[in-house]
Amino acid sequence: MADWRDEVEPWVLESRIKVPYTWTAGETGSHYLLELKDNKKFWGTRCPQCKRIYHVPKRNCPECFTECTEWVELGPLGTLRDYTIMRKAEPRLHTLPVPFAYGVIFLDGSDTGFLHLLYEYEEADLAEGLRVEPVFAEERTGHILDVKYFRPAKAVS
Amino acid sequence: MQPVAIVGVGQTKVEANKIRERFEDMVFEATNKALADAGMTIDQIDNVTTISNDFWDGRTISSMAINDACGSYDKNVSTAEGDGTFGAIYGLMRTLAGTFETTLVVAHHKGSESVMRLITNAMFDPIFERSMGIDAIASAALQAGSYMRKYGISEEQCAMVSVKNHGNAKKNPYAQLAMDLTVEEVMRSEMLSDPIKKLDCCPIGDGAAALILATGERAKKITEKPVWVKGVGYCCDSYHLGYRDLAGCDALVAAAKQAYTMAGIVDPRKEIDLVELHDAFTYQEPFWLEGMGFCERGEGGKLTESGKTALGSELPVSASGGCLSSNPVLVAGLVRIIECALQIRGDAGEHQADGVKTALAHGVNGPAGQSHCCWILGGEA
Amino acid sequence: MGKKVAVTGVGITKQSSVRHDVNGVEIINEAVRAALEDADMNRADIDAVVIGNMDHFEGINYVEAWSIDGNGGLMKPTMKVTTGGCTGSTVAMAAYYHVASGLFNKVLAIGWEKNSESDTTGAITTAFDAIWDRPVFAGAVAGLAVEAALYMHETGATEEDAAYVAVRDRKHALNNPFAHLHINLTIKDIMDSPYLSWPVKMGDMCPRTDGACALIFSSEDVVDDFPMPPAWVVAVANRHMYTYTADADFGSIDGPYWMTSLEAASKDIYSRVGISDPLNQFDMAELYLPYSFAGVKWMEALGFTGRGGGPELLRSGATDMGGKCPVNPSGGVLSSNPIGATALLRVADAALQMQARAGARQVPDAKLALCTGFGGCYWSDMLILSKDKP
Repeated sequence: MADWRDEVEPWVLESRIKVPYTWTAGETGSHYLLELKDNKKFWGTRCPQCKRIYHVPKRNCPECFTECTEWVELGPLGTLRDYTIMRKAEPRLHTLPVPFAYGVIFLDGSDTGFLHLLYEYEEADLAEGLRVEPVFAEERTGHILDVKYFRPAKAVS
Repeated sequence: MQPVAIVGVGQTKVEANKIRERFEDMVFEATNKALADAGMTIDQIDNVTTISNDFWDGRTISSMAINDACGSYDKNVSTAEGDGTFGAIYGLMRTLAGTFETTLVVAHHKGSESVMRLITNAMFDPIFERSMGIDAIASAALQAGSYMRKYGISEEQCAMVSVKNHGNAKKNPYAQLAMDLTVEEVMRSEMLSDPIKKLDCCPIGDGAAALILATGERAKKITEKPVWVKGVGYCCDSYHLGYRDLAGCDALVAAAKQAYTMAGIVDPRKEIDLVELHDAFTYQEPFWLEGMGFCERGEGGKLTESGKTALGSELPVSASGGCLSSNPVLVAGLVRIIECALQIRGDAGEHQADGVKTALAHGVNGPAGQSHCCWILGGEA
Repeated sequence: MGKKVAVTGVGITKQSSVRHDVNGVEIINEAVRAALEDADMNRADIDAVVIGNMDHFEGINYVEAWSIDGNGGLMKPTMKVTTGGCTGSTVAMAAYYHVASGLFNKVLAIGWEKNSESDTTGAITTAFDAIWDRPVFAGAVAGLAVEAALYMHETGATEEDAAYVAVRDRKHALNNPFAHLHINLTIKDIMDSPYLSWPVKMGDMCPRTDGACALIFSSEDVVDDFPMPPAWVVAVANRHMYTYTADADFGSIDGPYWMTSLEAASKDIYSRVGISDPLNQFDMAELYLPYSFAGVKWMEALGFTGRGGGPELLRSGATDMGGKCPVNPSGGVLSSNPIGATALLRVADAALQMQARAGARQVPDAKLALCTGFGGCYWSDMLILSKDKP
């Protein structure tokens, strides 16, 4: 006897989850993002115990578990460590047209790297150790994308 | 650790889109297969650990969907969210705690119902990283590039992993992507995010898996072929990609060390016969094998190239085809444990390796291998 | 047999409606550091970390990985468990199993919530089946109101009976410096508050809270390492028996079930611990009562009184401070509700009671405590704590 399950047309419903969020940056993150917005400056925090300088800033050192309350100005130039050229577009995610690159960048003075975008580069130039500079957005909103992306530094430093 | 054994395993075939099945259909199948494998009925299961992810399932408390299907009604039941190897560790803890003799661990995943790049983007920090659109592929590519440049691992060596695993999958009836490939074909496949090409990546698939754990004495009564848990270890590294050495895998080194210490393993290369890796991208075979101490740091590419990780050689790695051929996320880790158990029992069918006495199953959580889990399984108590 | 397990450190942040000074990772860190300080431990002394959340409440996937800077688990075994509203007690139970298994000696258990950042009703709605339930269901209040209405119908209990619980828990909260709401209310205040979904009124419901809680669970082998006496975990149990909304069998007074999962879980845990008369055997209870009616009906499901006996039990004063078995000396969920931490706070406060350091809310000579957690679609967690080693 035929199994009805072989006959049934699979029926698929489309939906999406829409849950609004607000994300508090916290006092530490607020200070950082507002400095980026108002003064185009990068700041990191220093652990009082191990002296490591964190960028983006951390409120507490994950190793020593002490509060990091001291601010240190960093950059604006930095050095590239990890990088990849994104070639497969995903318009729902990307803010730049492909190809663009992701990079882990160590701003001058920082002991830790942070993720950002790379653009306006020659592919042959991308290498660990590349000096990069930020390109700020004209209209800044207190967001990590107030830096539109980094590009190879024009001036040698 | 008190003796605990795997006494039953079950898995569904992994497919790109199980359009005829919901989560509960897949879980019901996997649960019943595991019960049948153990020769048990559901009322002989003392408690249940389920594994699922709310983002992937598009549902808060995603495990609610499958409580009927895993038979947890009127039993102690809890949910771990993360790779199946971690959920199975929670099941192991519950089995060891003295309250229960048998524990069912089930995992499900339907990648076909959501959008991989959007879901994996939500792994990243909402304030500092998510808005850049980074996803699982891009973060793996950052890591692959750094690791391969630092140690001179070639894209061809990585491509060999793809060729091997997709070939192994042809012998595994549960695998999703089984195919004959050449290194050239992998090299010519579409570049997604340098150096990761399409055929360096796992497919995201639909599937479910289940295993049953039992305390020592009970295990011997249930089955003639218990597979013993000899050691486990897991460890989590830092989250932000810039805060850790992406070309290293410190958390894996630590997790493997814990598991080896518990299992009394001194030289993994000599004492472990087979590895089921969480190899979602090809660079991860050489990378993770180095972290586990199967070769020196930077020698993983040569190890793959030597053919020694092939089925039939001295250290078969992902004889099932691994994550590269089938990756129902979360379920994938549980399948690694199940595959090791089948190999030790001699029940792996066409992809059975010779003389597997001790095997290592591996799982990963978080972006770019942030958290690792290792299980050492053996045939002797 | 497994290792015996005790709570040996407690960290609770101040509970409030909005914490703009800290983000999620930072509020977790605040609780973790408080727990470590309480236990006189360093981060290095932690063997493993277990944490939970509900992904769509915070928009955070892989919470154990994301919070690693704050949760103390860097380069340590770290795991996530989650079961909806009872995630906090599920974390506590997971920490118990971590230690009882013999795999770890000192385990950190963390619950947290920044309720101010999310749309709780929007998130809770996604907990229901996308095809069968979600199109016709929204949020938590309506489901609870169905239970309340049926309870009143079956027993003749009144809205005033429920309001007694809302007043009692808020009164108790006045003794708890960590509690979110510090308001002295009357039954009339509750009765005068607006209906959300009949018969449930604003005053019957829990608040939305930002807060975090962290506990140290330790093996019997190491309890002497800590400055505070151990609060022993005697047993844990749980049940979850509803997959679809309509599976919720709220029960008729002469039917087989009254509150299915809570009855089944209590039967399990009471039989293992030897509890036959909970009202007289427990010295206090910290119960996850998300709305006032639960404080009437669920006392019956927990066996503190017979079906329909809830109102009389309450009015006897047995559950007030100074009564036979004070319920929620902390002020309970009706006074503080950082959802992912709420059920862990029940365990935290019971532990403080067993350690005789609950301050103004201390129940004199408390030796045995009951804790519960309640989660999405009637998930019931239970833990029994004691002053004496079991």
